[in-house]
Amino acid sequence: MAVIRRIRGLFGDGVLVAAVIVLTAIGVAMIYSAGQLDVPDPGVVHLWRMQLLWWGLAFVALVLVTRVQVRWFEWAAVPLYVLSILLLIATLIIGVGHGTAKGTKQWIPLGPVSFQPSQFANLATILMLGRVMGSWREPPSSVFELAKPIAVALLPMGLVLLQPDLGTALVFGAVLLATLYWGGTPVGLIFMLLSPLIALILAFQGWLFSAYMVVLIGFLYFYRSYLSEAAAVVAANLVAGTVAVPVWNHLKPYQKNRILVFLDPNIDPRGAGYHVIQSRVAIGSGGVFGKGFTQGTQKRLAFLPEQQTDFIFSVIGEEFGFLGTITVLVLFGLVLWRLARIAERVADPFAGVVVFGIFGAWFAHVLENVGMTVGVTPVTGIPLPFISYGGSFLLATYLALGVAERIASEQGGKI
Amino acid sequence: MQLFHPHARRRRALGARLVLYLGLGGLAAAFVKTQLIDYEALAQQAEANRFRPVMIPAPRGAILDRNGQIIADNIPSYAISILPASPDTLRARLMRLAPVLGLTPERVEQLLARHRQTPTLPLLISSDLTFDQISAVEERRLEFPTVFIEMRPKRRYIGGKAVAHLVGYVAEISERELAEPAFEGYEAGAIVGKAGLERQYERLLAGKPGFRFINVDARGKIVGDISPRPHVRPVPGKNLQLYLDLDLQRWAARVFPDTMRGAIVALEPGTGHVLAIYSNPSYDPNLFVNGVTSEVWNALRDDPAKPLLQRATVGLYPPGSTFKLATAAIGLELGVVDPKAYMPQPCTGGMQYGSRYFRCWDHRGHGYLNMADAIKLSCDVYFYQLGLRIGLDRLAEEGTRLGFSRKTGIDVPAERSGTFPRDAEWYRKRFGWKATAAEVLNLSIGQGPNDQTPLKMAQFYAALAADGRVRAPRLAVSSDPGEVWDLHISEENLRWLREGLRRVVQEDGTARLSALEHWDWIGKTGTAQNPHGTDHAWFVGMAGPRGGKPEIVVATIVEFGAHGSEAAQYAAKVADYYLRKRYGMPIDSVQTLRDYMLAGRPTPWARWQ
Repeated sequence: MAVIRRIRGLFGDGVLVAAVIVLTAIGVAMIYSAGQLDVPDPGVVHLWRMQLLWWGLAFVALVLVTRVQVRWFEWAAVPLYVLSILLLIATLIIGVGHGTAKGTKQWIPLGPVSFQPSQFANLATILMLGRVMGSWREPPSSVFELAKPIAVALLPMGLVLLQPDLGTALVFGAVLLATLYWGGTPVGLIFMLLSPLIALILAFQGWLFSAYMVVLIGFLYFYRSYLSEAAAVVAANLVAGTVAVPVWNHLKPYQKNRILVFLDPNIDPRGAGYHVIQSRVAIGSGGVFGKGFTQGTQKRLAFLPEQQTDFIFSVIGEEFGFLGTITVLVLFGLVLWRLARIAERVADPFAGVVVFGIFGAWFAHVLENVGMTVGVTPVTGIPLPFISYGGSFLLATYLALGVAERIASEQGGKI
Repeated sequence: MQLFHPHARRRRALGARLVLYLGLGGLAAAFVKTQLIDYEALAQQAEANRFRPVMIPAPRGAILDRNGQIIADNIPSYAISILPASPDTLRARLMRLAPVLGLTPERVEQLLARHRQTPTLPLLISSDLTFDQISAVEERRLEFPTVFIEMRPKRRYIGGKAVAHLVGYVAEISERELAEPAFEGYEAGAIVGKAGLERQYERLLAGKPGFRFINVDARGKIVGDISPRPHVRPVPGKNLQLYLDLDLQRWAARVFPDTMRGAIVALEPGTGHVLAIYSNPSYDPNLFVNGVTSEVWNALRDDPAKPLLQRATVGLYPPGSTFKLATAAIGLELGVVDPKAYMPQPCTGGMQYGSRYFRCWDHRGHGYLNMADAIKLSCDVYFYQLGLRIGLDRLAEEGTRLGFSRKTGIDVPAERSGTFPRDAEWYRKRFGWKATAAEVLNLSIGQGPNDQTPLKMAQFYAALAADGRVRAPRLAVSSDPGEVWDLHISEENLRWLREGLRRVVQEDGTARLSALEHWDWIGKTGTAQNPHGTDHAWFVGMAGPRGGKPEIVVATIVEFGAHGSEAAQYAAKVADYYLRKRYGMPIDSVQTLRDYMLAGRPTPWARWQ
């Protein structure tokens, strides 16, 4: 009992930590399974040991972070943010690629290992956004007032896009939306912010775009937005709608292909759609109970790409079936639900925005990664938190977890 | 309004949870669809991904002769196959294999064409590899990961040249055959009977192929055991038991002169069982197994001696004098002739009919003759008169009824029907002129529009040798016995006909030099007029123990053989061999009277000398 009390003292939210530990353990097991192939891949066989090592390191980092007071995070936000921006710039200069992302610059080599600054920049950005939004006393009344948080998020996002790493860049967007939401930004403003993206998609159907513009102007009128604001939003939408088609035509065939394949993987079953099809086959053939631990045939015979990182959820689906996928989804649901609960109970604006920023980041990861394995979201190279192999990412998620735990524990008995 | 008032936070947390539930609920729905609803299809797809079916050919049934001697069986051979892939990949892989296996670019294209027929099945590259080729592939195993080698049964014809036309041969099924109803259910690459018994009894001999599955990875590389146990065992083909005597068949091939063209058919009287059926020149059917090289094929096809032709069943020759027995039989059946009586007009080397003078083959003439002597001397004038008594229409009708314009119905895929007028009207349809009554004179001595296969003549004589009835010739035991063919001649009349045949081989008969020491050997010579050169020689004879019933009928045609007495030699030697074997007598190559004389042996048994 004493031990449990001690652990409880260490972490503000024991359920959250327990759920994350279970997920990480599942991850190590799945990384082990990912190395059990009929077509031996020496690069993957022993990765689970590396992950175990990283886990130990991440756990130490977690404990250390929980010893740091929340106001120190707030204080450190600006220097950390600046540091991560510098690291991202450095990555673009001296960065290297790995595996299927060999042509990109995502990692900074550090002796025998290499680390991925974008994952740490994500946390730093969350802290920075927490600082920005934590200082708000009134809700923003126009989109112009959102300029600062947008700039804070877009800077690292742009740098990550240059690597290029579309998946991780999207997470910055998700973080921005989540923090804006928790910061008290009216939903109408968030809609205005997103409206050019809708215009971008609808631009391919002339009459649909026209109808959308009418609705948008109507919305702006009834929302009683400032004239300059409404003009800016309409202008942004018009620009987005006008450039969409020329930009699309300007895209390289493989880029178009990626988007089209997301809409229908079967248009290119041997090419870009192959991974999605094989991943669905793996998950679907798992049925209710799965094929058994390490027994997935799609995985064993190398039909799954990146089975230890991006497509590790397909291995879960194949080997543990529907019960396995639902169990893992429920665990993620638990983790995210606990994060939302902490944010809800935290009175400090900075702390609340930071916790909800972490919620946004992890939720985006889960939605995008799991969705891509069953073909409901487009394929972008994005790992699954706690489960996918990757030292930097595990460390970064545990650091974020530490921040959330510390925030929870500072609420004392209230949580 | 306070931005982070607990109420505001609760409202936002509520919104956040709603989004969370929607997101995870959406994912859960996607998994319900993928893992529960689409499970069957996707599980099947996963199996299809990892397994490639490989056909296991069934061992073909053996072909056995009447004594259980093997005529055709199987020996193990090595087959090499390659797993399916996209056409370009496959072409590249085949090109890499080409130097090792000696594949020509044409052969590669041919294989690719076949692969397009069954793109999901492994492609059989060759089923007849040498051990050196196997070793070469195995040594470079890592270069050819999608290739696998297995043992397959390969056809072997022990009978060799002697049985070539009889057994036919097997080879890979052609695209044309795949479309035929006869080959329904066959897959490309299957080895099937192409001719002869192999073709006729394909379904019986072939058995049913089995299947096994090999495990492959995403790149089509074979994973794990190359040859796991079959998932569906092949059902071996059934053995085919023949009435044929392989020793006799070989003897027929041996006695037939190498340089001559022709055929020998030996039947069992009454039953129509085929004891030997040989066509010369022949070829080695083993050359055809699993594909014949174009040089061999072209050489055989372009050979003027036409070695590919089964003369016994598709060679059509005017029956000549051998047909006189048919005229006689029809006359007896109709009751228009008394075999003991002389024909009113004596043979003076020919006879006048209408405005034409019809010659006998012997210008010296034969005088007054009864039926037996007319047969012995093959007197044309006797049969002219007999033909006139029968009449053209009746001769044509009866001849047609006896099947001279039909196939015998033997169990081989390639048989030609004989040519014989159906009635007088037939001439007009066929040649555009009306047959005169004089046409019967030609027809009655085996001339005119009358062409028969050696098998047909053998069948007719097989009826004469028994009780006037014979069944359709049969090679294999398992088949239906065949329709009965009845001459409707009394036993006494049959004896008269056989008496005529006996005299052919005695004293001054046309085939006396073919007489045999131990057996009653009787028969009829014939000369088929050949507009292209020397006449073809016929002999159709029958033999049995002295004083007993005939036990074998032999028909022989020797192209450009000049006279039937030559053909009689070979026929007699075949009959002698069969009976010696049957009655346990030592085999001797000195058989006929001519053999004895050439060997300088005494011939006290030739009493008439």
